[in-house]
Amino acid sequence: MIPLRGAAAIAGVGESPFATVPGKTAMQFAAEAAGAALEDANLTFDAIDGLVTAYSVGEPFRFFATVLAEYLGLQPRWLSQVNVGGSVGNLLVEHAAMAVATGMADTVLCVWADNRRSAIGGTRTISTVADLAAHPDYELPFGPMVPSLYALAANRYSTQYGDASGGLADVAVTMRDYAVRHPKAHKRTPITRDDVLSSPMVSTPLHALDCCLISDYGAAAIVTSAERARDLVGGAPLILGVGEGTTHEFISQAPSLTQTGAQRAGEAAYRMAGLGPGDIDLAYLYDCFTITVLLLLEDLGFCGRGEAPAFVASGALAASGELPTNTHGGLLSYSNGGFLHVVEAVRQLRGDGGDRQVPDAETALVHLQGGVLSTHATLILGVDR
Amino acid sequence: MSEFLPHETVESQPFWEACRQERLLLQRCDRCGRFQYYPRALCVHCAGVDLTYEQVSGRATVHAFSVVHRAPHPRFADRVPYVVALVTLDEGPQMMTNITGAPIDEIHVGQTVRVTFERVDDDVTLPMFTPEGAG
Repeated sequence: MIPLRGAAAIAGVGESPFATVPGKTAMQFAAEAAGAALEDANLTFDAIDGLVTAYSVGEPFRFFATVLAEYLGLQPRWLSQVNVGGSVGNLLVEHAAMAVATGMADTVLCVWADNRRSAIGGTRTISTVADLAAHPDYELPFGPMVPSLYALAANRYSTQYGDASGGLADVAVTMRDYAVRHPKAHKRTPITRDDVLSSPMVSTPLHALDCCLISDYGAAAIVTSAERARDLVGGAPLILGVGEGTTHEFISQAPSLTQTGAQRAGEAAYRMAGLGPGDIDLAYLYDCFTITVLLLLEDLGFCGRGEAPAFVASGALAASGELPTNTHGGLLSYSNGGFLHVVEAVRQLRGDGGDRQVPDAETALVHLQGGVLSTHATLILGVDR
Repeated sequence: MSEFLPHETVESQPFWEACRQERLLLQRCDRCGRFQYYPRALCVHCAGVDLTYEQVSGRATVHAFSVVHRAPHPRFADRVPYVVALVTLDEGPQMMTNITGAPIDEIHVGQTVRVTFERVDDDVTLPMFTPEGAG
């Protein structure tokens, strides 16, 4: 068996500009992000011998990875496409790390780009994403919005543990507080708990401000061996632990609405890294909806069952709190694109967080999920000692 | 884009045909005896491949629900607000459905509901659920 802990590192990260530009393709966003990540790693495209990517809702090439390799002028010796929804950001890093650790590739470009906002736009995006997130025969005929699918979990959570509306709103406010301080964030107007609760109701109990952005984005990372990363750049964070947990695809088949596969994914990642929740300095939790953050805090062991609303209300996720979370503003206020959680985690661990820099951050846990609380992946990064 | 209407398959045809006849039929595994939903070619509990459709009671409990305030598709535009719910059948499986036939503010988790059928067109009749004692 080849141990994965500490074998690979993230040597560079990059993102594309996020302005919605009609006609700009996912391929173009991917190229921009890849170029930025390579520059960050002091590399050029000819150094890349492995490529792993995801999918694009706006530009749905079925064989997206192969098309992307062709578009970028790459002929990789290792090529992969991961297609499991929003958890894919961590899975790109996980798969790249496995390729590097086994010698299948030396320097892997991980990239995820989508032009869903400008390609599909507005209300049609809502229907298109509903097509993906709800079962076409056994769920869609009953008219759920995508937020409705998550709202079911929020409703069940509130029934079990008490009204969580305040906790949900506090998550949105915390994300916005971070985004206010990030020059590239989409939403930079401060909001209050009342603003969230009085924003239009979408599907009870989720309001508009409980729901993430629909964006165009491109984000990329360069994964290589720990040794090579040390030669290329200073301070490339190591990949210390990875773990997965998948329980269902469609919410009506979920074994539970309040406990998710994140628990199993987190346990596996903690075990590989030799760390526990108390060792984590920074958290990057998939905030497609505010309820997801509450569930992930509990499933990943950062607080007890039913305690997430109080944990968030205490300020624990804020910059001055015990667990700064989504320091860029997340999917709720920075941009859609879960891979950006990975990008921000790397920046913080390298000390490149600018005005948002959290002092003495040495470990970061990124947890991304896909489907509707369906598929989960945890990634633990740490400063290279 | 989907039309937000179900499509029948070989394995689900008996379920949808029964809905058109206003009966709720679920697969039951010949080997382990458990019910399952949605229809599959194998038993999701024990992987048995012999499954028989059986009529169920039509009684269920509300597990979770959400009141939808924006229609995801024109088909639902004039129903807003409406209730999407997960209900747990007495026989075990969970289904997504709409709760109908009662004021929205009377719907709650743990409520007993009974199946009712709504004809959409000649091909599609959907199983909905109504609170017991309502209407």
